[in-house]
Amino acid sequence: MPQELIYQHTFDNGLVLLGEPMPWLRSAAMAFMLPAGCRYEPANRLGLAGFANEMVQRGAGNYSSRDLVAVQDNLGIDRSSSISTSHASFGAAMPAESLLDALSVYAEIVLHPHLPSDQIDDARQLCLQELHANEDDLPQTLMNRLKQMHYGELLGRNSLGDEAGLLAIDSNDVRSFFQQRYRPGGSILAVAGNFDWRRVKDHVETLLSDWRPVEAEDEVQTSGDKGYQHIEHPSQQTHLGIAFPAVRYGDEDYYPMRAAVGVLSDGMSSRLFTRVREERGLCYTISAGCHSMREGGGVFCYAGTTVERAQETFDVTLRELQAIADGVGDDELDRLKVRIQSSLIMEQESSASRASAIVSDWYLLGRIQSRDELQQKIDALTTSDLIDYWKRCPPRDLRVVTVGPEALDVPMIA
Amino acid sequence: MLSRGPWQVRHFRCESFSHSILIRLMTLEFKTHTLANGLQIVAEINPAGYTAAFGFFVRTGARDERPGELGLSHFLEHMAFKGTATRTAADVNRELDELGGQANAYTSEEQTVYYTTVLPKYQDRAIDVLCDIMRPALRDEDFQTERQVILEEIAKYDDQPPFGAFETSMELYFNGHPLGGRVLGTPESIAAMTSDAMRAYFNRRYDPKNMVLSIAGCVDFEAVVRQVESLTSGWPTATESEPLNTPRTFGEQGVELPVPDASQTYLIRIGSAPSNNDNDRYAMRMLVSIMGEEGGSRLFWDLIDTGRADVATMWTQEYQDTGLLFTYLSCAPEDVEMNLTLIDQAIGLFVQEGPTDDEIEQAKNRICRG
Repeated sequence: MPQELIYQHTFDNGLVLLGEPMPWLRSAAMAFMLPAGCRYEPANRLGLAGFANEMVQRGAGNYSSRDLVAVQDNLGIDRSSSISTSHASFGAAMPAESLLDALSVYAEIVLHPHLPSDQIDDARQLCLQELHANEDDLPQTLMNRLKQMHYGELLGRNSLGDEAGLLAIDSNDVRSFFQQRYRPGGSILAVAGNFDWRRVKDHVETLLSDWRPVEAEDEVQTSGDKGYQHIEHPSQQTHLGIAFPAVRYGDEDYYPMRAAVGVLSDGMSSRLFTRVREERGLCYTISAGCHSMREGGGVFCYAGTTVERAQETFDVTLRELQAIADGVGDDELDRLKVRIQSSLIMEQESSASRASAIVSDWYLLGRIQSRDELQQKIDALTTSDLIDYWKRCPPRDLRVVTVGPEALDVPMIA
Repeated sequence: MLSRGPWQVRHFRCESFSHSILIRLMTLEFKTHTLANGLQIVAEINPAGYTAAFGFFVRTGARDERPGELGLSHFLEHMAFKGTATRTAADVNRELDELGGQANAYTSEEQTVYYTTVLPKYQDRAIDVLCDIMRPALRDEDFQTERQVILEEIAKYDDQPPFGAFETSMELYFNGHPLGGRVLGTPESIAAMTSDAMRAYFNRRYDPKNMVLSIAGCVDFEAVVRQVESLTSGWPTATESEPLNTPRTFGEQGVELPVPDASQTYLIRIGSAPSNNDNDRYAMRMLVSIMGEEGGSRLFWDLIDTGRADVATMWTQEYQDTGLLFTYLSCAPEDVEMNLTLIDQAIGLFVQEGPTDDEIEQAKNRICRG
């Protein structure tokens, strides 16, 4: 792999700028994370983070709402915006020559949005539409509930909010949320791809150095709890989800835990795919993955299966989750290492992947982990590390959610 | 993926994540070769790439299924991973994982595709496994287990918006022609399927003349040709290929499918569009981009930006000898009529006045970024 070079600069107002040059590409990408996620919504205004994010894109600076879309299209920007527990995020991938102009556009969005009060009702309707459409997505319904059980009311919020909150939001709520949360302290802007660091840094300084800081707030803790909840629905399949606490990204035990979850779920020879689907034909979809926040982490599993086979699917899945402690084969770990090494090399063809990886590293680790460092950590893993972690931290305090016609028999594991 | 609408479902063998790959700055070289057995190999070579991608494209899908074969193309796609004369199902999955890449497969109306992306150093092994699974063992025990997986896949899509509306609209439009057949089949057709029927279909459709091996990235083309020639020289080939059975179109009709507990109403409308062999398809693609692109088209501004619908979009789907224009609306049940009127007004205005120069420029820039 080519030598990695990663730049970092913190402006006086607290904004962090990160850069990873990939001069062999024709593209560039940016990932911009602002501390404006749904955890900061007042309890009676759930959905405000997404609502405000919608409003800031309805015209900014000299651009009308339609101008913003036109200028982004004409710069060739493939873009996204999203709300997570802690952040509002913008992602943009583009031809390398568009990067500086794109940064200018996003600076207008976060600094000078019009927040047009005559479009509040349109934005509200749009948010309500998304909420209602989401209710028809049963795996999503399940994961929303599972996340809430796992992380608790505040950190487990659904980023789409709820109907009462969306109906109550007015112009003042949006303006106030924008003023408090769209701020440089806690914001991280990452660029990756074919760019000149000095030009980008100077440009961002010109655009964003006047951005006004706002006082930071205290951290909060997760407050989830074990339990089983069933959501009755006349669906064809029973959708089942299992979550349990696990170390977060940045913890010294993270890679043994992540690798154990990889043995369970990464690839077509992984244990869950093999034992639940390939050998028994119990489902089409089954997966397990890790999730990390600064405040904690977890393992989340999902399977969808027809009603009569749901109990067996649950039982087999749970047994496989527990069986990691009984042993892991060298071949299982070796396959995982090759997969990770391949994905690290393949990442060098995607500026968007790197921009998003370094912005996430900075938030969760406070620094950027190089691909070499990651590779060394993965290479050093042994099967004993995985088994040892799983013995110390087995799947327990399970949070289980099912959506479907019938509840399951779920043993509670202390 | 690009020729498809954003809401069209392809039936993949397993769940996968998508990632965009941006090609490194390099002049690409194109090469083709046809083996004596008729198998075509096409390549887009980028010696500076970090990856190598290989895919068998088999010209077979729902439209090639005869009565009693509904869902067979897709079922066979699953069975290709269940073992060969020299590999068990577990061997296939394990070896593909050992290459560290992203392997998967999908089936549509006209093609079945098997592919993997790996590091260039694994080229030989990737080709070896891919060629081998193109001659699957189709063992009956594996067939019975995989039947259950297919039934679960059907149930999964039945639970998912738009709750079978795509499949139903295609059935209505093509009125019995297999191009409108359900790619996944039905619970009944899958329950009745036999491994003997699958073997007969395989022998009919998986002729090397009916297949293309497409390779891209940092690949050694000559080595691939040599290896594939050696591995596939024994594949039988027929002298005649089957003629294309062109569908007829029919008058307007509609159907409503009640879905208990659904919050939104999902509406799909199909009309005709240029085929894959028609140069008008480029103009049509730009037209639907201007009319229905997410995040900045006429339907977006009229229906999404105003909060009247959560989806209002259009796309085209091209087949060998015909094409379809899809309109897709998702909104509150009470707003369907009003929204349809707005869509028809937007179409009427476009027909009357055409696009503006700015819209064409914007659409060009949007399409080129892909």
